Amino acid sequence: MHKSPIVVDGISKSYPVGKEKVNAVTNISFIVNPGEIFGLIGPDGAGKTSLFRILTTLLIPDNGNAYVEGFNTVNDYHEIRKIVGYMPGRFSLYQDLSVEENLSFFATLFNTSLEENYDLVKDIYNQIEPFKKRRAGKLSGGMKQKLALCCALIHRPHVLFLDEPTTGVDAVSRTEFWTLLRKLQDQSITMMVSTPYMDEASLCDRVALIQNGNILDIDTPKEITNKFENPLWAFRSDQMYKLLLDLQQMDNVIACYPFGQHHHVVLHQDQDVPEILDQLKAKGQTNLKAEPGIVTIEDCFMQQMRK
Amino acid sequence: MPMVQLLILPLAADYEVRNVRITVVDQDHSTYTRQLVDKISASAYFDLIHYGNSYEEALQFIEEDKAELILNIPPLFEKQLLTENTASLFIAVNAINGVKANLGGVYLRNIISDFNQDIRMDWIQSPGFSPRPIIQISALNWFNPLLNYQYFMVPGILVILVTMVGAFLSALNIVKEKEVGTIEQINVTPIRKHQFILGKLIPFWILGLIVLGIGMVLSWLFYGIVSEGSLGTVFTFAALYLLAVLGLGLLVSTYSQTQQQSMLISFFFMMIFVLLSGLYTAIESMPMWAQIFARFNPVTYFIEVMRMVVLRGSSLFDIRYHILVVTLFAIVLNGWAILNYKKRV
Repeated sequence: MHKSPIVVDGISKSYPVGKEKVNAVTNISFIVNPGEIFGLIGPDGAGKTSLFRILTTLLIPDNGNAYVEGFNTVNDYHEIRKIVGYMPGRFSLYQDLSVEENLSFFATLFNTSLEENYDLVKDIYNQIEPFKKRRAGKLSGGMKQKLALCCALIHRPHVLFLDEPTTGVDAVSRTEFWTLLRKLQDQSITMMVSTPYMDEASLCDRVALIQNGNILDIDTPKEITNKFENPLWAFRSDQMYKLLLDLQQMDNVIACYPFGQHHHVVLHQDQDVPEILDQLKAKGQTNLKAEPGIVTIEDCFMQQMRK
Repeated sequence: MPMVQLLILPLAADYEVRNVRITVVDQDHSTYTRQLVDKISASAYFDLIHYGNSYEEALQFIEEDKAELILNIPPLFEKQLLTENTASLFIAVNAINGVKANLGGVYLRNIISDFNQDIRMDWIQSPGFSPRPIIQISALNWFNPLLNYQYFMVPGILVILVTMVGAFLSALNIVKEKEVGTIEQINVTPIRKHQFILGKLIPFWILGLIVLGIGMVLSWLFYGIVSEGSLGTVFTFAALYLLAVLGLGLLVSTYSQTQQQSMLISFFFMMIFVLLSGLYTAIESMPMWAQIFARFNPVTYFIEVMRMVVLRGSSLFDIRYHILVVTLFAIVLNGWAILNYKKRV
């Protein structure tokens, strides 16, 4: 028996594409601690959904073992299905049932009722209650996600799996959604969340950076940004695109990529920034500004990908 | 929708040919030819659309698809008949619509031979001649004395409708869950495989029986078809039969990923089922391989049973063989489907 709510031990999974096999997940291992929000951060196709499907017993891994609350995902799948809540990336509730009907349907599947666990879902339910007679298919994106979360929580799961819950949802709804997740943490529900948005990573307790089926790094968001070794500068000028090209050509620049209104520039240690500025001015850049950049998860991700 | 089909299809699927359009080329213009033409135009089966002198003219009608038959009466028809006791007629048939042409030709020949009889009877007047014994065959049609085509078709079409509801709606329904992704959400719940499948199939099982019930009422209201056998027998068999076709629907749904896929597969099966079911054509007249196929077609058995029970009044004991076969179908199809359906994809 493992004490951690989620234990992933050397999991691999590949899919046949034509005659070849494409690895979705390659020899991944990690542990999620009780009550934490664990983020899976990675671009599309990194293997996040495969991992979710393995942990929610929908997919059998080729190699390795995974445990949820001590239950093996292959052998004890029936136990796991009782204690986990899963919110797939795609909205997969019944579109032709109303909000209310969906909730009571899923409650019935778990032999429970909305009333029984009302205290757990009431914050979320209050937000969708005005639309409870509306069909789920007619809800807005943000509302759909809240309903899906509500349905995933209806049986008071111990572990909640949220696969890209905020993809395609507006910024306000995303913030609201994360506030809801934070509140759920008080109910000691362990959560595993995936997201392609790097800015959401800092909202997790710990994150795993995942790319091409491999884990690049696992740590708290703060530690991950602290690990960033090279100096990071934010540059801007009047001609941003030319600036990008110019910077990328320079020998002393490791990497340069657009980041918001600036270009983030990763330099080798002990590089002289004024010198670089001079070189850029010589190339005709005007209104040039450089300031030390604030390291984000995205920068770390880019760094990991270069390795 | 299925009910409208039930009302419309039997009327359309009628083998009786009426209104065969005929042109008569009369090159003789005698009393006998006049009698013959009168006889033809008096028949309900024929529409005399043209009565002329030249064969070319009549052929024109066939070429323009305005007529199916030409009856060519040669010159001196009456004279030959009277002097030589024989005369010949010429019938040309437009075989583009094979069924119509064929049957039209047969009808016409019947009328002519009938006419021939009449002439003979006319001539047998002189005493001393003993009247020619004529053997007349008259058939007695059992179970459907009036040979009402609808009696034959309606129960069969009802079977097709029940099959559609049972097999194809259920297949579409499960595949839709796959397509929309709701099956994913269901799969992570503790609900068991058989619970899910039963939950999916029972509504269609009931729906199928309701369709059958409504269909029986409609066929009584509109066609006056009252089952000779007990309705209990029909429904007992239908209940078993629906299990088999629901299994088929389930099987289709386990193999297809999208609704289009299952639609196409269903359509393919439907075509084969209908054509090889003995609904339109007798199985006994099919080639051997087709007869074997028809034996693997559950629809065949239900149509046979429907006709046996509704028209002949067969009892459960009479259809025991059919019950056995359909039960086998149900076991094999459902077993296969459940083996193939994996809750864990």
